[in-house]
Amino acid sequence: MSSSCLSSLFAFSSPAPIHLSFSPTLLIPVESTPGMPTIYQLGHEPIKDHVFFPDHKTLVVTKDNTVELYKVENANSTPQLVDVLRGHDKTVTSVDISPDGKRILTCSQDRNALVWEKKSGEYKPTLVLLRISRAATVCKWSPSGNKFAVGSSDRVVAVCYYEEENDWWVSKHLKKPLKSTITTIAWHPNDVLLACGSTDGHVRVFSAYIKGLDAKPEPTLWGSKLPFQTLCGDFTNETRAWIHGVAFSPSGDVLAYVGHDASLGVVYPAGEGLAPQSIVAVHSNSLPFKALLFVSENKIVAGGHNCNLIVFEGDVQGWREAKKVENQTDLTAAPPSTAGDDEEDEMSSHDALKMFKQLDLKGRVTKPSPRGAGRALATIHQNTIASIRSYSPSQVSTSGIDGKVVIFDI
Amino acid sequence: MVTVRSSLTAAMCLEDFSSQLVERHNRPEIEVDNTHNPELVLNPMVIARNENEKILIEPSVNSVRVSIKIKQADEIEQILVHQFTRFLTSRAENFFILRRVPIAGYDISFLITNFHTEQMLKDKLVDFIIEFMEEVDKEISEMKLFLNARARVIAEAYLTPFD
Repeated sequence: MSSSCLSSLFAFSSPAPIHLSFSPTLLIPVESTPGMPTIYQLGHEPIKDHVFFPDHKTLVVTKDNTVELYKVENANSTPQLVDVLRGHDKTVTSVDISPDGKRILTCSQDRNALVWEKKSGEYKPTLVLLRISRAATVCKWSPSGNKFAVGSSDRVVAVCYYEEENDWWVSKHLKKPLKSTITTIAWHPNDVLLACGSTDGHVRVFSAYIKGLDAKPEPTLWGSKLPFQTLCGDFTNETRAWIHGVAFSPSGDVLAYVGHDASLGVVYPAGEGLAPQSIVAVHSNSLPFKALLFVSENKIVAGGHNCNLIVFEGDVQGWREAKKVENQTDLTAAPPSTAGDDEEDEMSSHDALKMFKQLDLKGRVTKPSPRGAGRALATIHQNTIASIRSYSPSQVSTSGIDGKVVIFDI
Repeated sequence: MVTVRSSLTAAMCLEDFSSQLVERHNRPEIEVDNTHNPELVLNPMVIARNENEKILIEPSVNSVRVSIKIKQADEIEQILVHQFTRFLTSRAENFFILRRVPIAGYDISFLITNFHTEQMLKDKLVDFIIEFMEEVDKEISEMKLFLNARARVIAEAYLTPFD
């Protein structure tokens, strides 16, 4: 019986059993039966971003100012910490691994991005010449792995590539017409186009073609002649809400974005210089999404402040919310009142008064549960999902600011 | 209360956001004069039961300010509320989300940043504020009853010699 069934069985008793029914899965990763998500609890600090090596043996997560590497043998064992990359002196905001799995890219609020390469068994950082004076917010390798993009609060996207003669990673800036912090970027599969979302509510598609590095790209629906910094598209949502995530579909002919108004926008371009075929906006009644991912051409999975993943399905005619990955109660609704029985009543963490009263009356304290006292949410993630990545064609991995990395079947 | 809960849950969707104006700063955007980039601050909202009981929620990209006006029916309650909030605000360090100076026109303000929502569970923070609002009314009326009872006892003791 899956744990979600268990929780619905207990839904009418006190919340403590719900919590108990979840704790075995939370502490030790249980055998990965199909349909059951694999959970890695890696401390309790927020994980802003995570990425698996292409061979799925090593997991890289951001932890405050450092980046930690974990060895994950199989779903049953607990991850082993193998290496800690120290080099940033402010919060690391994003991490990515080059497609060949040889280089790790990190960027941080200390305005720097580092490329880590394994030299004689140890990871050594190389500083990237970013030329930005504000925090770097997000970084992504291009699909070919010969360049990458770093978004920043400095209102630029730096497209970086390796310059042989100087032995440096140098960057070119995408500036106009960006006017606010870049929150998210995504590469087109053709290695040239780059989508970025910013806090002014705009999603823009640029050309990041670097002469001498990239082969001449095939013409796409987004345009045919693409010198560096060509603006190929500029979209916004109805409310001009902050954009939190953008993604290209596997073919690159569809662009989707999520914003702070909890909506999903999907754009189908028609060709160079033409208005898009259609722009679909799907509103959901959940809390805002932070990240999204194309599972296939007609399927998007999005997650965020709701702590749950939502699957959207559709095509050029329209999109709709297909299902929620986990069963969930409405977060905005009032929690069910606790049963009157004091013995089973769990204290909430901020209610010290109650604890002392109990201590006074009964001379004992209810033992706090291993994961901290209190009612747990019905979802696996107990706090905002910060990033979603593809794990295998039918699986996605998510990380949240509750310090969990989870692999879900979609 | 239901409205307050849902608005708070929605407002508390915060993220880590480094300042785009000042180098290497990370500050609650709601507290800064944001005339340069108004896009980072959302519309504030007021939920009021009546003139004397209302709550102001001001969300922004990485922080939310919640200000509460506690019911004050007469002068005694005014004094009690004043003393009570003063007691709390002077201990603001131990009370992570409390703002030391309330917003003008309100009795007590909380400032919740993305670091708080990362350390603590979001729904617990919402629960806490809701509970606080419920408790504080109870507390104040309890204190008022206490005060009246004491006043009566003192008056009796004082007037006994004149009996």
